[in-house]
Amino acid sequence: MLTTALIVFPIAAALVVAVLPLPRETTAGLAFLAALMEVGLWIVAATQYDFDEGGLQLDTTREWVESLGISYSVGFYGFSLWLAGTAVVVFAAAIGYAMWVGRDRSRAYHALMLLLTGAVVATFAAQDLLLFYASFELMLVPLYVLVGVWGGERRQAATVTFVIYTMAGSLLMLASVVAFGVTQGTFSLIESGTSDNVWIFLGFAIAFAVKAPLFPFHGWLPLAYREAPVEVAAVLSAVVSKTAIYGFLRIGIPKFPDPADDLSGLILVLASAGLIYGSVLAFRSPDLRGVIAYSSMAQMGLITLGVFAFDDLGVDGAILQSVAHGLISASMFLLVGMVERRCGTGELDELGGMARGRPTLATIVLLGGMIDLAVPGSATFAGEFLIMAGVYDQGWGYSVVVALGVVLAAMYTLRLISAILHEKPGRAVRDEALDLRVGELGLVIPLLLILVGLSVWPALVSESSFSGGNVSGWTGYAPLEPPS
Amino acid sequence: MDGVRPSGAAIVIDTPSVDWLALSPPIALLAAAGVALLSALLPEWMRKGVSATAAIAGFVVATGLAVYLFDESATPEVLLDGSMARDQLAAMAQAILGVTGAAVVLASWGERRRTNHAEYYALLATASAGMAFFVSADNLMTLFLGLEWFSLCLYVLVAIDSERETSLEAGLKYLVVGGFGSAVLLFGSALVYGATSELSFGAIASADPSSDAFLFAGLAMILAGLAFKVSAAPFHMWTPDVYQGSPTSVTAFMSAATKTAAFVVMLRVLVTAFPDQADVWTVAVAVLSAISLVWGNLGALAQRDLKRMLAYSSISHAGFMLMAISANSERGGEALLYYLIPYSAMSVGAFAVVASRERELQAPVTLDSLAGMGWERPYHGIALWTFMLGMAGFPLTGGIFGKLFVFSAAYDAGDWWLVLIGVVATAVSLGYYLNVVRWLYMRSGAELRLAVAGGSPPRDPALNVAIAASVAVTVGSFFVVQPILDAATDAMSSLPF
Repeated sequence: MLTTALIVFPIAAALVVAVLPLPRETTAGLAFLAALMEVGLWIVAATQYDFDEGGLQLDTTREWVESLGISYSVGFYGFSLWLAGTAVVVFAAAIGYAMWVGRDRSRAYHALMLLLTGAVVATFAAQDLLLFYASFELMLVPLYVLVGVWGGERRQAATVTFVIYTMAGSLLMLASVVAFGVTQGTFSLIESGTSDNVWIFLGFAIAFAVKAPLFPFHGWLPLAYREAPVEVAAVLSAVVSKTAIYGFLRIGIPKFPDPADDLSGLILVLASAGLIYGSVLAFRSPDLRGVIAYSSMAQMGLITLGVFAFDDLGVDGAILQSVAHGLISASMFLLVGMVERRCGTGELDELGGMARGRPTLATIVLLGGMIDLAVPGSATFAGEFLIMAGVYDQGWGYSVVVALGVVLAAMYTLRLISAILHEKPGRAVRDEALDLRVGELGLVIPLLLILVGLSVWPALVSESSFSGGNVSGWTGYAPLEPPS
Repeated sequence: MDGVRPSGAAIVIDTPSVDWLALSPPIALLAAAGVALLSALLPEWMRKGVSATAAIAGFVVATGLAVYLFDESATPEVLLDGSMARDQLAAMAQAILGVTGAAVVLASWGERRRTNHAEYYALLATASAGMAFFVSADNLMTLFLGLEWFSLCLYVLVAIDSERETSLEAGLKYLVVGGFGSAVLLFGSALVYGATSELSFGAIASADPSSDAFLFAGLAMILAGLAFKVSAAPFHMWTPDVYQGSPTSVTAFMSAATKTAAFVVMLRVLVTAFPDQADVWTVAVAVLSAISLVWGNLGALAQRDLKRMLAYSSISHAGFMLMAISANSERGGEALLYYLIPYSAMSVGAFAVVASRERELQAPVTLDSLAGMGWERPYHGIALWTFMLGMAGFPLTGGIFGKLFVFSAAYDAGDWWLVLIGVVATAVSLGYYLNVVRWLYMRSGAELRLAVAGGSPPRDPALNVAIAASVAVTVGSFFVVQPILDAATDAMSSLPF
């Protein structure tokens, strides 16, 4: 029931927000309140989940289409509960940011954000292939309008490329869903067995690769992340991309063990390429959002390396890194938005010297940057280290790539920090541009505090994600199988 | 019919017993049509109210009777000397037709027509009566009779706005092309009769054909004749012009009701009369499906006029439904019946929104004239958004299950290539469906070049009820799937799979 509540509550809130003819501020406040209550619901769910036992919990199953074996089946594993937790926290921050900047057409905007929240949580909770597909698709509906209506100047081009890429992937997935479900006689992820059909696996894999995005399916990323409203970009990179990771971990690998194994070499190589290529692009990017966008792509490559390490350490690290990257990338996007609002531009050439007279901004950007570049001791460092150690068995070269990625992350993040804070004051930085305000701090500091907490205790996530008979080697993925 | 008459019978006229309940939906609609027509005798100000009320009462009663008939016809029967079937397939189709008709009457209420109200509603009810008769046809004579019955009404309905040239043009085109289609069907029927000496579907299936060539030619021609009615490519060429030229409420009726009737009959004829030729017609239908998917979607991409775009989109939906028929399985039939429900709702709803926009702007609705409509008319905007997403097969609408069931049936039947074409077609279709959403929300009303007719748009509560009902069915069929499928399964039990 709790899982259902987590899915239905934001969607119901979306309807209320859309229908009630309230003034803009009240609507935004109501939406923010709903998002906070969603976080509260998640906390209740997390306290009820028995991390020691692990496996599928908080699950509900109801028949939906009996004749085809489709059911409304939801529940959480340790790792998906953490992913959903990241999602609701990031959504609360994003909706809070939208309230702070006062997005126009408030009712529509906030209704769509809440609808997106529900769709994302449903994706992470889905234990039925069709439900997964439906929620995965449903995310696109609000995103399309959010980017297309409230985005920047080239928003229309951004939505078109985004939709073409995503739908091409999704529809391949639909074909795979049909083929898998019909062959298995059920769409339930709990009851269905495995398949060794490479083509069906590819349908899923490409859909996830587009959503993440993984190299070379990232063509939609630069435009979408640059043109989307900044909090929508935060949600895209922090949360929506992680649905791909859930897809790989819940469907791609457990349902297609042999094809996944056969193609893991290719996927690892592409992920490595994405990690390096994305990092280099981030380093070369001329604007704030470009840096965060491409670094996000690099991080998704890194996380995929962890997933396809087929190893305890690798997947544990992948989940820890997903949570940490979700939080830090959302924080960074929101910070970028705050800087852009002050300077009217995100071009690095025109920024600089903002540290002077703005101590809070400088501190927060520096703290965020440090976590982003995975300074030893941070949660991101723990995640990267686990992935590096986990992927070693697949070939030492991959570990070298990860290490290189860490170095490159330091390069692009330091470049970003100094471009904002240090050097000479840029043309766009006016003296009267304010330091961070209390409202803004209230959005970013909680995210950073969670990250600091995870830095102190990364095992909270990494050791509970696949607990309950931990993932033992490739053949295992034991927690993903139904509890007998 | 020599074979049927008892030899040496003394009675000259053999009166078959009439099952009035089985005939009740068409009769209710005919009665409504009669009342609506008589309202032409009333003073002018009463005509519209009386005739529309009569029509909607007819549709509601017919729907109720169809539902009752569905419950009462668990075992299929053949009536009237093997000419009509009383079964759950026909009853379910009649129920869909009845609800569609009622929604169309509501959507027509605000039509600014100076004259011909009584005729309009009477023809609408008569056409529906013809379709209700058509779906229960069980031999080649009643098949043709039903087809002509509703087609003749539609020819007039299309041209009923006789002061508009486009309406007349569309009527003429539909008459010529539709007449050709009917002739092909009739010729095909004659060939089949020639080959088998049988008229009723069941007897054709069990007959020993004297000539395979005649039988196959006849089958092909019957299929082609029905393909005209469902507007499957390459027999679709009338569709864009007729959909565009007709009064929008008539287009709504044609796109939903004609398709429902013709598809149900196509399924019935192929499955009951030609089971032995299945290896041929499944391929033929699959090819028609593929052509419709390709042509409909590519054509729709190029359209600026919304009615034309929806016409091409209806061709592509015909492709999806043909895919279900080509599976030649119970699952395929269920998929078809399920698909028809959200599709009819989305189609009627979308045309109703177009009709309302048309009345507001007093001009044909193109993409440009949707600019900013989503913000200015939020409820119509959300409704059109829902219909577009539903037609594209997005979740939270029945469209996604329609596609899923059709694809599953085709995959089950081994037509994985058809599934792939369907998937690609769906991807292409996003181009135009989402384009509508783009115009609704991402363009501003300031770009609208046309002057709005002036003042606030005319209040049209009846139309809004029709749109709300369409949204309810579109979204409801996503959540309530199993009951619909159960009904479809019952309906399929009337066919010999």
